[in-house]
Amino acid sequence: MLCTMIYEGKQRIWSEYQKDIPDDRWYYVRSCIRQNFFPASEKMFTEITRNVLGKDIYETPHHTTCGGIAYHCDTIPQETAMTIVARQFALMTEAGYENYCPSCITSFGNYVEILETWREYPELEARIREDLWKACRREFNKPRYLAHSSDLIYRWRNEIAAKATHKLVNGRTGEPLRIVEHIGCHYAKMFPSKGVGGAEYPYVLAGMIESWGGQVVDYPERRHCCGYGFRQYHVKANRGYSMSNTYKKFESMEPFHPDAIITNCPGCPYFLDRWQYVIAEQTGKTYGENGFGIPVLTYEELAGLVLGYDPWDLGLQLHQVAVEPLLDKMGVEYDPSAKYLGLNREDIMRPELPGSIKCF
Amino acid sequence: MKGNIVIIGGGIAGMEAAKSLISLGYSPIVVESSTKLGGHVASWYKLFPDMSSAKNLVSRLESEIKGATVLCGTKVISLNRLADGYSLKLSNGSVVNASALLIATGFTLFDAKKKEEYGYGVYDRVITNSDLEAWFSEKKDARVPDEPESVGFVHCVGSRDLKACNAQCSKVCCATAIKQAIEIKERFPYAKVYCFYMDLRLFGKKYEDFYINAQRDYGVQFIRGRVSEVGETLDGRLQIKAEDTLSGKPLKVQLDLLVLMSGIVRNQSIGELSAMAGLETDSDGFLRSIDNEYAVIESNRPGIFYAGACTGPKTVPETVAEARSAALAIHSYLETL
Repeated sequence: MLCTMIYEGKQRIWSEYQKDIPDDRWYYVRSCIRQNFFPASEKMFTEITRNVLGKDIYETPHHTTCGGIAYHCDTIPQETAMTIVARQFALMTEAGYENYCPSCITSFGNYVEILETWREYPELEARIREDLWKACRREFNKPRYLAHSSDLIYRWRNEIAAKATHKLVNGRTGEPLRIVEHIGCHYAKMFPSKGVGGAEYPYVLAGMIESWGGQVVDYPERRHCCGYGFRQYHVKANRGYSMSNTYKKFESMEPFHPDAIITNCPGCPYFLDRWQYVIAEQTGKTYGENGFGIPVLTYEELAGLVLGYDPWDLGLQLHQVAVEPLLDKMGVEYDPSAKYLGLNREDIMRPELPGSIKCF
Repeated sequence: MKGNIVIIGGGIAGMEAAKSLISLGYSPIVVESSTKLGGHVASWYKLFPDMSSAKNLVSRLESEIKGATVLCGTKVISLNRLADGYSLKLSNGSVVNASALLIATGFTLFDAKKKEEYGYGVYDRVITNSDLEAWFSEKKDARVPDEPESVGFVHCVGSRDLKACNAQCSKVCCATAIKQAIEIKERFPYAKVYCFYMDLRLFGKKYEDFYINAQRDYGVQFIRGRVSEVGETLDGRLQIKAEDTLSGKPLKVQLDLLVLMSGIVRNQSIGELSAMAGLETDSDGFLRSIDNEYAVIESNRPGIFYAGACTGPKTVPETVAEARSAALAIHSYLETL
């Protein structure tokens, strides 16, 4: 851990915020936006959990959005979101699963909030059950366990470490790579007891970094929003707030010279990645070494690198910030000429490279 | 047994009551669970608003209760009702019968680690009011830098905070923060000192003067707003975020030391004592007086009286006044037996 902080103090807090995460049989639901932003992340989750770790991860194409974005943008009432969620639970029940795993942090927060609301107001749950029956003749059991997909990778982090072909270690210096962990706001800020490690010092990503050989960067603006914030970005007039949030975070982490950032939210990696280009265009400033940005990865992408997957199969060519400096530090082999070849090895075309931030 | 009085708690409430009972001709027994007398005051440096020495007060009281039997390092193991009093079994193996009991168990400071956002126990330069008093006395705490450029005080840590399960005001923290801010300025005149508060509750005699002095004579800056989070910079300083609610602006300050004004919560022994003696507790967890206006020192059990912070947060003058009052009430009670 960088800084002078008392590591045992964090460990004490982490020990108070542990949650039960069953080892197998999960019903997995994808995010509305992650496949557009970082297309291989969810694919890599199912690949690693099913084929590398041998877990039973079930998903169905019949699931929909959870309604979380519309709920947080105040465009639908919570009862509507609840009925959508009730249908998701019905699909899980029909498939014979009890453990529910959303890929999206906002969904996870949405599910937690709804389950807690039903616990407080059982009459509301009864009404939603009735509404669901009237709408589509479905019934549901509530999940026995609810965990975000990053909770599952956290649960299996040591198994992944045992199979690792690369560690989060700088091959040139032998030093642990300095990794910023950014947690989606809806993971534990609303219900600290539902997140691994709580809200103030979440351990879910820090645990992965430690297990895979890296060093966690704790910088002053660690808790700050990435800048997505639905009402910041989705309301066009507010996009300046989105940028200023991201800028604040990078200014704060800059003195710690992070080698990479990992996140567990759909929006965070996108905005921390893309806004680095916009900041460079606006201010001329870059935060990585030698004119590069700081690579921003999802935890699935990082797990994929640790397990030796080809970076281009992980979709890392679709990042704005060049990931090659991180790959070089980790000693990951890659073919630069294959960067813009699709899965069928056809050319997917090269993007126009910006002059303000170094890219390949 | 008539005339036997046991005082449970050897802080300033118990000591002052013992002193008063001695002057009335009794020989009370003081049972104190820790190894020394004086309670929290014994570990405090100076008292507000006169900046008098806390240790001198405790020493004076110790010399004035020579006529009492003092049992330090001793706890009450069990307590039984007798026809004409109470029988107490103590942790030293002895059994004591008493016609009257005075409960003066004081309070516990809120565990600042529970307010995780302030980073006590995580960040090196975050300390509590109690830690700072110890540093004032002994100058031994590596967390306090040699020449701090800026120091912050956070009021109401674990007080008036439903999330911390303590809705009550701790009463003494505002004045303590001002006292400690002045003491910091006296030692480090060039340091910037900030107090982050919700409301300043300065009700006691000369407390308002104290507040004005802190601003006018020492330049302490008072910011009405709560600290939302604490982080650490690369050089080990603290970055805190707060809101100045009077100007309506968020603010960010870098500090060399952050002092958390841990509030007053009930002493853990209250639960055990109330169960043993059938004493009622209030919604705030403290012991319930039979009347909060007129009979604060009286319990729902005959022959059991209260003094000091066992019934709620109290200042030193209030505690001393209650202790004297309780001594007289015990005397009157024993006269009726």
